[in-house]
Amino acid sequence: MSNKEVRIGVFVCHCGTNIGGVIDCPALTEYARTLPHVVFAQDNLYTCSEAGLAQIKKGIEEYNLNRVIVASCSPRTHEPLFRATCQEAGVNPYYFHFVNIRDQCSWVHMNEPEKATEKAKDLIRMGVARAFYLQALEKNQVDIDPRALVIGGGIAGMTVALNLANRGFPVKLIERKDRLGGLLNDLNKVFPTLDDATKLLEIKDQVLEHKNITVFTSTMIKDVEGYVGNYNITITKGDEEEQFKVGAIIIATGAEVLEPEGLFGYDGKKVITQLQLEKILKEKTLDAKNVVMIQCTGARTDERPYCSGICCMVALKNAQLIKELNPDAQITILYRDILTPGTEYEKFYRDTRAKGILFLKYSPDRPPYVEEDHVRVLNQFIQKEVQIPADLVVLSTPLVAYEDSKNLAQLLKVPREANGFFLEAHVKLRPVDFATDGVFICGCAHWPKDINDTISQALGAASRASTILAHRTLEVEGAVARVNEELCVGCGICMKLCPYDAIARTEDGLAHVREVVCKGCGLCGASCPEQAITILHFTNDQILAQIKVLMEGE
Amino acid sequence: MEYDGKEILVIGGGIAGIQASLDLAEMGFKVHLIEKDPCIGGRMAQLDKTFPTNDCAICILAPKLADCARHPNIKIHTLSEVIKLEGEVGNFNVTILKHARYVKEDACINCGECTAKCPTKVPDVFNTGLQFRKAIYLYYLQGVPSVMAIDKDHCIYLTRGKCQICMKTCPRDAIDFNMQDEEFNLNVGAIIVATGFDPYDPTPLTRLGYGRIRNVVTSLEFERLICASGPTKGHLERPSDKQAPKRIAFLQCIGSRDINNNPFCSSVCCMYTTKEAMLAHEHDPQVESYIFYIDLRAAGKGFQEYIKRGSKEYNITYIKSVVAEIEEDEDGNPIILYEDMGTGELKMMTVDLVVLATSLLPRKEVNKLAKVLGTELDEFNFIKTTPFAPLNTTKPGILACGCARGPMDIPNSVAEASGAAAKAAEILRRW
Repeated sequence: MSNKEVRIGVFVCHCGTNIGGVIDCPALTEYARTLPHVVFAQDNLYTCSEAGLAQIKKGIEEYNLNRVIVASCSPRTHEPLFRATCQEAGVNPYYFHFVNIRDQCSWVHMNEPEKATEKAKDLIRMGVARAFYLQALEKNQVDIDPRALVIGGGIAGMTVALNLANRGFPVKLIERKDRLGGLLNDLNKVFPTLDDATKLLEIKDQVLEHKNITVFTSTMIKDVEGYVGNYNITITKGDEEEQFKVGAIIIATGAEVLEPEGLFGYDGKKVITQLQLEKILKEKTLDAKNVVMIQCTGARTDERPYCSGICCMVALKNAQLIKELNPDAQITILYRDILTPGTEYEKFYRDTRAKGILFLKYSPDRPPYVEEDHVRVLNQFIQKEVQIPADLVVLSTPLVAYEDSKNLAQLLKVPREANGFFLEAHVKLRPVDFATDGVFICGCAHWPKDINDTISQALGAASRASTILAHRTLEVEGAVARVNEELCVGCGICMKLCPYDAIARTEDGLAHVREVVCKGCGLCGASCPEQAITILHFTNDQILAQIKVLMEGE
Repeated sequence: MEYDGKEILVIGGGIAGIQASLDLAEMGFKVHLIEKDPCIGGRMAQLDKTFPTNDCAICILAPKLADCARHPNIKIHTLSEVIKLEGEVGNFNVTILKHARYVKEDACINCGECTAKCPTKVPDVFNTGLQFRKAIYLYYLQGVPSVMAIDKDHCIYLTRGKCQICMKTCPRDAIDFNMQDEEFNLNVGAIIVATGFDPYDPTPLTRLGYGRIRNVVTSLEFERLICASGPTKGHLERPSDKQAPKRIAFLQCIGSRDINNNPFCSSVCCMYTTKEAMLAHEHDPQVESYIFYIDLRAAGKGFQEYIKRGSKEYNITYIKSVVAEIEEDEDGNPIILYEDMGTGELKMMTVDLVVLATSLLPRKEVNKLAKVLGTELDEFNFIKTTPFAPLNTTKPGILACGCARGPMDIPNSVAEASGAAAKAAEILRRW
């Protein structure tokens, strides 16, 4: 604590009616004014608006504030903004405290406005108590290595690599198979242009010849150490091992096509997948007149609830190609919902219908039944079961996450969602970022998607990675763990628990926090049996002060 | 920061243009962000919440608006349009027309004294005409820059030469009626078109009664009706009698997937409709919703689960159907006549409110813009882009992203906007 007088300003946000519609914000503001060390309090309609931020700065200037509290929505979305505003007005960003009166009061207690207001008062009183004990912290600067690691040599990975390399960033591109190209190597033609898949693979030569790209095929990632701007990567190729440093990592490992074991009599001969059909069409060995395709095979089920997004277009494309080879072919597509969003795909769907390909909607409660030379299915519209002759049944199966993507997730310490696809920082506004700085995601490893979306998303990941790589240094979090070596007994519990691998052992056997890696999550501090670890910005003083004023009541 | 000194033009200040600008600015480029409205924010700012997380749209957008305004590498030009383009990739000369705001951006503090006194009421475009604003106005509450603008077509002084009440009221002398439209030139290496979409106006579909039956509204109107900062302060009321609707019908593919109208699919309506039905139920647990659809298109991350949650927890019934027409009973309740495609039966349903899921169309001004830029449009009038180089327009050095090149949701628009930034950076590296 400095000797300087603590002068706290409290800004209460109405958030339109999100908060103001439930909580009595003016009363809250009045209440804040009665609390110790609060020299200024004000309510705003939207504190995060430019006008609201200007009010914070004005308050700091006019009332000489050295602690700022905003009572509003959620630190998850808004803490960085308010901290930056404090900093711009000359107040250390760690002198800012967030009181969450939207998520924790007005939203969860929207039917009890009076109690919600009382709870908001408690939270503000606690916030003021903590603010008194806040300490100014400095953010660390770390150097950034301008190189990038791209994991996966399919169309996504190659697109990322070329964009970054063309812009002067050196790229290491890792592919576990013996050649670049990924799933595209197995495709015949691509929708909606019906170009040969090989045409899209011409990019391979540019990647292989680029002076800024080093390609490693038949190579796996063995170890990843470090943090944003400074990763040490160990790769293995056969028995050989190699190490290098990069500043950012892009995951572009793709997905695989589900093999529908046990579904619809799948045998790989007369009942095959669309991927197997691609091969037959590529080799021009198709011998079938009556073809039935079954959509959503193994998708949109309890086990695999998602829609794979591309299978309808794959089926339509292959139906058109069969019709082109054999105009007499009878093709029926059994579907649940035809998924052809946007301009081109919907047009492709209409064209496919116009070519005489039949579409019949089935219900998952009454799925089609594949028999010797036909498929039985309920025609919902006439409420009758129909038999459709079939010499070939093609199952449209979804893209599924690679089983071993969990290993990569562990190495990089990034999350996956329930279906095994990588989970980005925010599905709406941060679609290619991870919560972990310096790691990015694109293509089908993120979620099943078509080639165009894969390319634009890959470029998006390249852009996001370059917002780091283009800088020489970066600021990292100041609220980190700190070990009191006087108290540490070197038991090692914290080292085992740290999810970011941020705690190392000193020569004396004691714990040492690598502050640039530490995210300040607090796991170590809460677990240390000797209470030797302090989490800066969440010190015992600060937390106990909050509890004390809560217990005391108003 | 290896790109210092190079400049890029981003046209359109919606979420796509904002993301492209922020990425480029972080890479070190100087960005000029052109917006035709008085504030940036675009269509996303008009939405209440967003699927599938039901995050409040403005709550997650506002920090980005502020980041744009604060970033030293971004210059926002509001009320502006591109009127001329010369040169070529790496060296474009762009002429911008900036319309007079009649309010000094650096002086106005958005205190609201002027709007309180202004005698002229004008339909509020941001709120889809559901309420009035004044002739001097803030485009929307959280708008950036957060300064007033004067609507010169409705201002009494600017049309009839008398009034100036706002000028007399303003405590900062921020009003300047002598302000003129001005033209200025920029030299940029690359251009990103992120002009977004216009919603379809369903008035011509007379069988659906929009404009005739008062309790038939569009989806964008519904977003404003249910939004806390909208005209009803977030109390969902139907237009005819201000009563809270209990039975709501949502009609899909309005103005889309229709060969007599717009043949394409708007990609986002199945999801936003599900969201709107959820929100209605959150506002009032008695609400039951019926969604009349052709195909349920929900392929994005978590989308199927979202729809499942809608039918399980939010009283939403999905009906695969073709709607023939909407009539109205004597109490103003819409009656929907439809063919149930699950059973083939012709049916009727009376509801309290109908919401039309109107499609996403190319911007009205896009023909003019494409002509100025010298880029082609596709057969649907979206900015034409290249297969497998999806962000490249037909003209080198000009990129497109988001709904300017076709209907898409916010995550795709954001990913593409970042992608367009990467492409622009790649282009400038070569020049």
